[in-house]
Amino acid sequence: MMDVVLSYFNYWVVILLMMIGFYGVIAHGNMDKKLMALGLFQTSVFILFISAGKVIGGATPVIRDGVSVFSNPLPHVLILTAIVVGVATTAVGLALAVRINEAYGTIEDDLIGDPSHEPEEP
Amino acid sequence: MTLAQWMPFIVLVPMITSGLVALLPGRNLPWLMTFLAATASTGLSLWVLFGIDAEPLRYAFGNWPPPIGIEYRVDAANAWVAFIVSGIAMAALLWGRVSVHQEIPERQNIFYALFLLALAGLLGITLTGDAFNVFVFLEISSLSTYALIAFGHDRRGLLAAFRYLIMGTIGATFILIGIGFLYMMTGTLNMADLAERIPAVADTNAVRAGFAFIIVGLGLKLALLPLHLWLPNAYAFAPNVITVFLAGTATKVALYVMLRFIYTVFGGDYSFGAVPLATLLMILAIAGMVVGSWVAMFEPNLKRLLAYSSVAQVGYLVLGVSLVSLIGLTATFVHLFNHALMKAALFMALGTVMYRTGSARIEAFYGVGRQMPWTMTAFALAGLSLIGVPTTAGFISKWYLILAAMEAGLAWLVVLILITSFMAVYYIWRVIEAAWFKPAQTDAQGATKVFREAPLALLIPLWIMVALNFYFGLETSLSLGAAEQAAQALLGAFK
Repeated sequence: MMDVVLSYFNYWVVILLMMIGFYGVIAHGNMDKKLMALGLFQTSVFILFISAGKVIGGATPVIRDGVSVFSNPLPHVLILTAIVVGVATTAVGLALAVRINEAYGTIEDDLIGDPSHEPEEP
Repeated sequence: MTLAQWMPFIVLVPMITSGLVALLPGRNLPWLMTFLAATASTGLSLWVLFGIDAEPLRYAFGNWPPPIGIEYRVDAANAWVAFIVSGIAMAALLWGRVSVHQEIPERQNIFYALFLLALAGLLGITLTGDAFNVFVFLEISSLSTYALIAFGHDRRGLLAAFRYLIMGTIGATFILIGIGFLYMMTGTLNMADLAERIPAVADTNAVRAGFAFIIVGLGLKLALLPLHLWLPNAYAFAPNVITVFLAGTATKVALYVMLRFIYTVFGGDYSFGAVPLATLLMILAIAGMVVGSWVAMFEPNLKRLLAYSSVAQVGYLVLGVSLVSLIGLTATFVHLFNHALMKAALFMALGTVMYRTGSARIEAFYGVGRQMPWTMTAFALAGLSLIGVPTTAGFISKWYLILAAMEAGLAWLVVLILITSFMAVYYIWRVIEAAWFKPAQTDAQGATKVFREAPLALLIPLWIMVALNFYFGLETSLSLGAAEQAAQALLGAFK
């Protein structure tokens, strides 16, 4: 039992973080908190990829004498891209939150309500 | 240079031009560059579409042979979708110049730069043969789309964009998780390579989970009911030119990627055999058709009305997929094109009225038919295509969908398609009734509001789109031929 918990430790962390993030996105009405939770959700996927790249007993993937087993560097490169995407998403989201705050005076989802019910602006 | 070497330029031209457009001053120069880039992409994709034969076109970036490097791999299916996307972008831009002047008076260079990025992203998703590259291009197009939706002067666009951002990012992350599982099990990201290696590990929970994550993530991007909640507001409160562009392209590309994963990566036998995917898709498609049409019947905001109609149309598209036959898939591919034509024409007509009246509420359309006869006639004719009246493009789609349903022996499905078509008659009629049979609006003093007919710069592109709806309803060799080839290319991938 302990073996299962410990040998898949990374994946347990991934699932835990993913669920916390996913719950936060759904449950929070505050747009900043939504974005934070979204960041957590995305980060958990980064750990999932990175964990898959680790080869037990593998060294850093630089060719040198006396080393024959290397960890897989590709997931790191993929996640570098995904991190950039994540940063861009957070930036666009925060920029929108700033504009929403200017337009509505709040970033609480519950206080704004459904935009389709809003009366037409003149 | 060979055709295979020209093919990547379909994506590269808009992507590189977008950086240039951001630096251009003024209002007409950025538009012109954007339009030229979209035209170049359309021309190239048309060339690829006609030049393609049984072997897919392949281009390895940086001369790194796949599966090490990223590869663009184009067969009849991608070429057809790329042509639809770039063609609709070109049409939207042709119509949008004047509309953008009104809605976005400043910083048009940034607007057009984002437009090109969104276009490059959508085309990149379409052409690439690399699963991770799909995710990257998906995010390029999504991020620029969020910004574009929020670009208008309507503050509700900001909320729509934020909510789309949250849901879109969850969808994209789901796709990333799915691709991660596939990579863990197979050690490759190239689609053709994945297709070779998946059968050996197909019977594992990791591959099944990866499949589920990818389908759900794409379902969100596709706006398949019940994952459609982002779509109505995003379409309704975006600038009109963006609505025209998105309605014809964004959900189509998501559907194409879904088909690519179902047929090429996992293989049709696995997708429809290991999971009851066909049943699931059929239930969701029918729910989308009925719920989308039902909500559209009572929606007071006409842009939202057409957006809900799009949810219903996505239902038709997925219904063709769920029948799992060559003719069903042909119906899907021909409807991809025809729906892009009719929705672009309808949103253009709405946008042309809004150019004068400034509102998409149905009350704002009272009496407009008498004041702007050319615009509203175009709307009515495009509406006929949406309903599926014979001689219009919409009829061809519905006809093939009905043929596919008959072939599968599902007569009740034919009845259902007809019922939802009658629901379309009702919601299009509501607009016609408001425009021609209601007294014109009055202002606070009780004087009748008078709107002039829209300028020719809006009317000509609008009528071109309407004419295309009728042209492709009568002369179907291009659209049906290409759709059939696209369907065969996908089905052939696992035979």
